[in-house]
Amino acid sequence: MTLFWEGLEQAARLVLSRDAEVFGITLLSLGVTGAATCLALLVGLPLGTALALARFPGRGLVIALVNTGMGLPPVVVGLLVSMLLWRAGPFGALELLYTPAAIVIAQFLIAAPVVTGLTLAAVQAIPDAFRLQMQALGASRVQLVAVLIREARLPLLAAVMAGFGAVISEVGASLMVGGNIRGHTRVLTTATVLETSKGNFDRALALSVILLALSFGVNWALTWLQQPRRR
Amino acid sequence: MLDVPALSLEAGEILAVIGPNGAGKSTLLRVSALLEPPTRGTVALKGRVPGSPGERLLARRRMAAVFSTPSLARGSVAGSVRLALTFRGVRPREADRRVRPWLERLGIGELSARPVATLSGGEAQRASLARALAAEPDVLFLDEPFATLDPPTRDRLLDDLGPLLRASGTTTMLVTHARSEALRLGDRIAVLLDGRLAQLGLPQTVFGAPANEAVARLVGMENVLAGTVAETRDGLVRIAVSALTVTVVGEAAPGERVLVGVRPEDVLLEPAGGGGPSSAQNRFEGRVVAVTPLGPLQRIALDCGWALNALVTRPAVTALGLAPGQAVTATFKATAAHLIRRVGLT
Repeated sequence: MTLFWEGLEQAARLVLSRDAEVFGITLLSLGVTGAATCLALLVGLPLGTALALARFPGRGLVIALVNTGMGLPPVVVGLLVSMLLWRAGPFGALELLYTPAAIVIAQFLIAAPVVTGLTLAAVQAIPDAFRLQMQALGASRVQLVAVLIREARLPLLAAVMAGFGAVISEVGASLMVGGNIRGHTRVLTTATVLETSKGNFDRALALSVILLALSFGVNWALTWLQQPRRR
Repeated sequence: MLDVPALSLEAGEILAVIGPNGAGKSTLLRVSALLEPPTRGTVALKGRVPGSPGERLLARRRMAAVFSTPSLARGSVAGSVRLALTFRGVRPREADRRVRPWLERLGIGELSARPVATLSGGEAQRASLARALAAEPDVLFLDEPFATLDPPTRDRLLDDLGPLLRASGTTTMLVTHARSEALRLGDRIAVLLDGRLAQLGLPQTVFGAPANEAVARLVGMENVLAGTVAETRDGLVRIAVSALTVTVVGEAAPGERVLVGVRPEDVLLEPAGGGGPSSAQNRFEGRVVAVTPLGPLQRIALDCGWALNALVTRPAVTALGLAPGQAVTATFKATAAHLIRRVGLT
């Protein structure tokens, strides 16, 4: 327990003193996770909606792949992305390995199936009777999708939170493709692993508290958007 | 499977489509409302058959539908009721102006700011009707709109809806399994059985002169007796039903096998053995088998050599002392019995 309180104390000190390194790590974490989540939403929301509404041969297989992707181990994603970005890999010429962009790519591949799968479930949960009613009132295809997304707002925001949560907390992929390079690709999770391996438990705990506070702050904002206001 | 060679709605009329579950009523409605393409055949709106998806969308925007489940979008009542107009590109302020009178006419004007989740079943269905009517559709489709409502709520809504539809002159197709709704609202009635149009006509024709036995049973003509024509004279047909003779107004050839339909409310009961003159050509001695309460009425099941049902009021049951085992005389006029020709059947 003493260690825990010391960790809390250290976290407060690091934040209040605006420790440059911690600040940089926190901003980088927000930046790469934010970018990965936004990309995952840009791809996952329309893809999940399309999968929910469209009928085509092989749809079941695609859905099974999406659902499998929701449980992809981050280290496996990290390994695959590393292999693609290695100098000898197909995208080696882009020299993205051990850059924040590589972390964004890896985190996008982790978050996108989560967002897609939960969007698919959210839109499918809307009764067919509702869809038929909207069509019977003259909704075009675009208008129908807009209404369905509005109807599924609560579970869709949950999908956003799940996608964000999946990547803000992952460490395996970030380590493998980012390299945990100080001042360049070190994020909160990889920094916590490093400090723990060095025996600096108070600093590791402090970074964990900052990570939790960050995660809580983002989810609080999304929850505020999600929950209906009571008058 | 639906097999309807042709069906048209006249401008301003309410066509009630009745039939048992699985008859294809809702399929007919969805095909007519361009929500489901037919395997064969076309649907024309004011003589034009929409071909492309764009034309079908434009045609659907000249119609509106209300289903048994209101399916109101999240938000306020006003916002949800505006939706059909929003789909048609009407701006929110103009949409509000057009929606408000319909909310008032349907008795939910004071609920416009309420969230839809707080509405009762009846209020939600009124909102659904307002949403459809505010779009001023050329054709309104109602698919069992009262099915999920309790009887008092349903009756109040029926009381309000009929005058509203007639005053606005909205051409309407009403699909229902409830005969009473069809009778109250329908200008014409279409009977659908196993996907086929069994009869189409005025309510008094369909309910008073059903085309065949299946239609007769569907419209509540509970007594359907099979017999053979013994004699036809002076516009009256005498039919041998078991050992008894039933007299019906109509035309049929001697030896022809026919059905006779009699509505239970047209069967009159009196104490057994009373034999005074009467205008009723049909008079049968029988015995009460069962007395079943049906709200304000009672169904009296009789055995007159064949089964016969009568519907009488509670006071009448009490006055006659009707009870199982009691002997009674059942009568009905020749004009109350309906002759169903069994054409094409052996």
